Amino acid sequence: MIRREEVLLDFTSRFHADILDLEDKSNTRVYVNITPESIVKIGTYLFRNVGARFNIATASDLPPNIEILYHFLIEDINLLISLRVFLDREKPEIESLAKDIEAFNWIEREMSELLGITFIGHPDPRRLLLADNWPEGICPLRQDYEEWDQTADRTRGV
Amino acid sequence: MGKTIIPIGPYHPLQEEPEFFTLTVEGETVVDIDVRIGYNHRGIEKLSEMKTFENSTFVVERICGICSTSHPYAYTRAVEDIFPMEVSMRSKYVRTIIAEGERVHSHLLWLGLAGHFLGYNTVYMWAWKLREEILDVMEILSGNRNNYAMFKPGGVRRDIKTEDIPICLKKIDSIVPTLVMLKKAVLDDPVLHARLKGVGVLSYQDAIDFSALGPTSRASGVARDVRKDSPYGAYQELEWDMIVTKNGDVFDKAVIRILEMFESIKILKYCLNNLPDGEIDAKIKDIPPGEGIGHIEAPRGETFHYVKSDGTNRPMRHKVRAPTFMNFPTYKASVKGQTISDATIILAAIDPCYCCTERVAVKDVKGRMLFNGQDLIRLSREKTGKMKQRMGGR
Repeated sequence: MIRREEVLLDFTSRFHADILDLEDKSNTRVYVNITPESIVKIGTYLFRNVGARFNIATASDLPPNIEILYHFLIEDINLLISLRVFLDREKPEIESLAKDIEAFNWIEREMSELLGITFIGHPDPRRLLLADNWPEGICPLRQDYEEWDQTADRTRGV
Repeated sequence: MGKTIIPIGPYHPLQEEPEFFTLTVEGETVVDIDVRIGYNHRGIEKLSEMKTFENSTFVVERICGICSTSHPYAYTRAVEDIFPMEVSMRSKYVRTIIAEGERVHSHLLWLGLAGHFLGYNTVYMWAWKLREEILDVMEILSGNRNNYAMFKPGGVRRDIKTEDIPICLKKIDSIVPTLVMLKKAVLDDPVLHARLKGVGVLSYQDAIDFSALGPTSRASGVARDVRKDSPYGAYQELEWDMIVTKNGDVFDKAVIRILEMFESIKILKYCLNNLPDGEIDAKIKDIPPGEGIGHIEAPRGETFHYVKSDGTNRPMRHKVRAPTFMNFPTYKASVKGQTISDATIILAAIDPCYCCTERVAVKDVKGRMLFNGQDLIRLSREKTGKMKQRMGGR
């Protein structure tokens, strides 16, 4: 029976040079800030060697960066590891994981069109959701996308 | 023999849910498949950024009309994970009851449609008749047959009345004998065995590589269920079994769904009989800055929501991942090498929202209509009919 501490210790010692920051948020959630160059190495290790399931990746536009979170669930110990990378907002580029692992294929296509991230070496870099006549270079999930409700006031509360 | 490319869909006057399949066939055999989606992209993630945290619950409830509770469940858990906080025991039970009731009616809906595609309209009628009983229970509990609006960050919106529980239990009990009959009728039928076994196999390794979820992965021997792996709600306190089979074909996917309904009924009855007392709402006043992840087991697999808050009343980023997003690409592995007459049921077996398979059209390269959706269902039924004759005219 593998334990949470052993997995985390093994993970941090193996990739200590690539890990910038580790936030142990709760029993089931760990956020690891890594360098963008190491994503294929660490992602493949988690998926193939640790046997984690790839949940999904979520990208957000946080000027001056674009942030991508890759969520992996290690099912045996109920630990959700989220790998966080920050990319340059002007030229967001990162190595594709879909080259080796099918599960990354669609979400990388989705992030590529909605946030304008280039996935280097993606086997099938076509559009996934947006229409064929959608103008090139307009990314609906960027903060500067204009066609949305500007009257929504951001105050406190729920 | 030369290859023929067959575009299927998406444009058809009757189409509700457009999807575009390109089948490459050699004679009768499918050698390649490609899918184009996005014809119905509604921009819910962007919309959610403009809604308050409470309003978003209603928006995400409308993502799916069949598993309408799975999205609010995952979303509220994501919001609660920002703190992180736990909701009261009573609201956990109420949430579990709604989620399991939904699983039963969703699986019954699938079973009925699968029967319809195969030319077993009796199965279709029986399954949908049983589904009505479950929808009645949901109406008694929540006031709605679907889109229950029971969830809110911090708890549930409505309580379950003690006086309603006996009638719900009676209704749930009333469907069990028919469900047992249906299970026998489906699982012991030699024609269905011949028709569905070995069709559309998704191997164990493919299920891992595609990160397949829910019944699609469990049919391939991957024991994967968020209710067991990352227990939430009341599941930790309950006794129930995860149904896992090995073959990965359409038959196993049907078996999983049929057997899972019995487990869900077990859970439903336990929760209704042992509903704890207490508050149902934590009354959240303010959401702190931060991020949260919520994932739950919907009828089709894991639904995953990610919410980022900047401390205001609206989410800053809200990512929605429905289970079909991961299950959908598995047809690349399971349809190849199969015949056109099996394509319908294989596409239906992962339980996408069905509309796509009902309304597909097959054209040749010059755009002439070869088969429309009705014809594909007819082909599938004819194959079943021929098998019936061959096996002794049942």
